[in-house]
Amino acid sequence: MIDFIGLIFICIGFAFDVFGCLGLVRLPDVYNRLQAATKCVTLGTCSILFGTFLVVGVTSAGIKALLCMVFLILTSPVAAHAVARGAHRSGVKLWAGSVIDKYAEDREGEV
Amino acid sequence: MATNKTMKKRSWLIGAIVLAAILLLILARPLPFLFYPDLPYLALLGRALYIIILACFMCLYRIFKGPTGADRIVAIDILGIMIVGLCAILTISTARPWYIDIGIAWALQSFISTLALSKYLEGRGFEE
Amino acid sequence: MKSRIILFLVALLVWSLLSWVPDWQHLLVGIFVAWFVAFITGDLFIRRAHVLKHFSRYWYFVSLYLPTFLWECLKANLDVAFRVLHPNLPINPGIVKVNTSLKSDTALTFLANSITLTPGTLTVDIDKDNNVLYVHWIDVQAKDVESATKIVVERFENILRRIFD
Repeated sequence: MIDFIGLIFICIGFAFDVFGCLGLVRLPDVYNRLQAATKCVTLGTCSILFGTFLVVGVTSAGIKALLCMVFLILTSPVAAHAVARGAHRSGVKLWAGSVIDKYAEDREGEV
Repeated sequence: MATNKTMKKRSWLIGAIVLAAILLLILARPLPFLFYPDLPYLALLGRALYIIILACFMCLYRIFKGPTGADRIVAIDILGIMIVGLCAILTISTARPWYIDIGIAWALQSFISTLALSKYLEGRGFEE
Repeated sequence: MKSRIILFLVALLVWSLLSWVPDWQHLLVGIFVAWFVAFITGDLFIRRAHVLKHFSRYWYFVSLYLPTFLWECLKANLDVAFRVLHPNLPINPGIVKVNTSLKSDTALTFLANSITLTPGTLTVDIDKDNNVLYVHWIDVQAKDVESATKIVVERFENILRRIFD
């Protein structure tokens, strides 16, 4: 029974991974791609790892999968934040259909 | 504007058909794979592995095509996270627990390399 | 000194989880490595050790923050999946500015991470002097500062103020 629940978690994880990569291909600029990819792929991989924990059980591999999940949830938004800030500071423009850019307005005086 | 919209819809249709064809090809019949043959859910895991390899190829397309450097860095980061999931699947399907160690090491290394690449993109030193 | 002891305990816990089931050889090496790590990076992570003594904070973290966070995360994923699969790509992106009243570093880090993993928002930069966050929003609903603050930040700010400040 627990194996079956774990397999359901793994299938949900695969679906969200594919959606995230589809967003990486389809969306128009860096920031939108970053949003779609970070959210979907982080939750998808965490779901796969949790399913692995459920299938394997409380063994060394299962505990390591849980640790890896906590590490991914903590670090993946930090990496996304760093890439977004670096991209904006290195001068990557927003998509032409964007509505507003307060960050560029506020950084006019500094540079 | 109208032609733009119809072209968008047509390209969406073509993409959906191609994706559905690949998924059908994967899900239609069992694929040969180097796994232990006595696990009960082996066929499902083998097919799912091919789906994640498809997602990895989408990331490789973005690395190949990306107009700016930031796109490539995002794709490399996402590829690293997805390989951790691949290692978890290999842990189950081959019943060898050391695959998850590769996953943990890959996650650490991928995070640090993404931070270093974004600092390089920002054009400043590491001293801050 | 207090922060070093706490860091030592955390490092030893992580080590013993990584080498599950721990026997005495693993524990001996682990005590040595954890002491070394705590000795080198002791004053880097934990600045206000007295906060860790309030046990109600852990209870708030488990009972208030985690369910809210998981629910918002699930909603964010469904939202992104809908936007990606839709033929017309219904996005309306932009970068808005929001205010926050949190002070400590840990609370700001958790706020930024929560904003990044919730529907349609991504933290781009933090200005600590003016207490301002710049947030990239995939579907801009409000352009001025106050209403954007009300929509984006308020879900988490009250909970995080109870936990970390």
